[in-house]
Amino acid sequence: MKLEITTFIQDFEQLFDEVEQGTITQDTVIRDLDEWSSLIALTLIAMADENYEIKLTGDDIRTSITVNDVYQKIIGKL
Amino acid sequence: MANFSIQNVQLSGVSVCVPKKKVKNKDNKLFNSDEVTKFSQSTGVYEFRVAEKEVTTADLGFEAANSLLDEMNIDRNEIDILLFVSQTPDYLNVPNTAPILQDRLKLSKQCIAFDIPLGCSGFVYGLSVIASFMQNPAFRKGLLIFGDTPSKTVNKKDKSTSLLFGDAAGAVILESKESNQKMIFNLGTDGSGYKAIIIPEGGYRNPFNDNSLIENEIEKDIVRNKCEIVLDGMDVFSFGISQAPKTIKELYEFAILSNEEVDFAVFHQANMMMNEMIRKKLKLEKEKVPYSLEKFGNTSSASIPITMVTQLKTQLEKDKMRLLLCGFGVGLSWGTCYLETENLKVMDLIEL
Repeated sequence: MKLEITTFIQDFEQLFDEVEQGTITQDTVIRDLDEWSSLIALTLIAMADENYEIKLTGDDIRTSITVNDVYQKIIGKL
Repeated sequence: MANFSIQNVQLSGVSVCVPKKKVKNKDNKLFNSDEVTKFSQSTGVYEFRVAEKEVTTADLGFEAANSLLDEMNIDRNEIDILLFVSQTPDYLNVPNTAPILQDRLKLSKQCIAFDIPLGCSGFVYGLSVIASFMQNPAFRKGLLIFGDTPSKTVNKKDKSTSLLFGDAAGAVILESKESNQKMIFNLGTDGSGYKAIIIPEGGYRNPFNDNSLIENEIEKDIVRNKCEIVLDGMDVFSFGISQAPKTIKELYEFAILSNEEVDFAVFHQANMMMNEMIRKKLKLEKEKVPYSLEKFGNTSSASIPITMVTQLKTQLEKDKMRLLLCGFGVGLSWGTCYLETENLKVMDLIEL
């Protein structure tokens, strides 16, 4: 499976209620997003499982700073 | 060899006991109330029970077992095996708690009794161990006592655990009985995830020391000492949503079963978000998957039976039922059991 960063960013934006489409970039720092929380982290794990069929761990998320970091973790598992 | 089936053993009665004291998440004063509301909405946990300081898991389990033995008119000398499944025993394994319960319940001295210190998967594991012993016709009846008092291992200032877990314990009776019905199991383990749910100090790897009881702020709203429980919610979530559907699919394949042949699927009550995701992945209808999270939270090895007692009593008592039970978590460890019951004795929830 090939996953483009633009597709991932679109999927990632959908995890949030108050983020407008197109406002997140690969350099966005995930913890700077107002809505970011441990619950959003769980929905991210669920989304990766559902859409890409991969398992993100707690460490994968804890060691990610930017959106691109998460993307790299994901494509490393595809 | 994770799949196996067992014949001529019947689950015949179930009873669960909870402490009277209720704690409601909406009354929580330690955390931001909007965040608590969000937490309850996602996890499905609105209140749970908490044992008094002097009440242990074994006390709750004793009440449940004692009432069940009385109610079913069981000759206590016929209980040939007693297992106590818990991670909150009376003593740190010296001695095991099962022997103490053997004596308190006035069971025979011929009775085998020992502890199995598992949590979320513990009920299914306990069933599998008793049922396996009972393959031997020398065993007449088995008593499984299970449950936990997580309130004693949780720090109130740790948001990842203090709004989620509840105290409960219970008992089931298994009987040796000739029948065509089978109990079918799929069990498994992945110890690489042992740190996902852990009490780091107080055992013999990291013995209790002068610093064990010092509270540390791990991050905002996560405060605990080294003898209190750590829950890596993300790892457990990731594990649960992939492993629970997998163990059930493996059992279905082994036993040639499908959702059609299941009346109710009773899952370990981890949290609503995780359980609903598992349910959807398995394409199980909502009506077949009961929950007890709202009023009791995650009650460790008691979560499957407490759901049976509080949500399915009428159905289980009046008919033949085909049940799928699935526990997954601390270890990491998982277990699924398919079993059939007939006029199961289900006692009303006991409060102590």
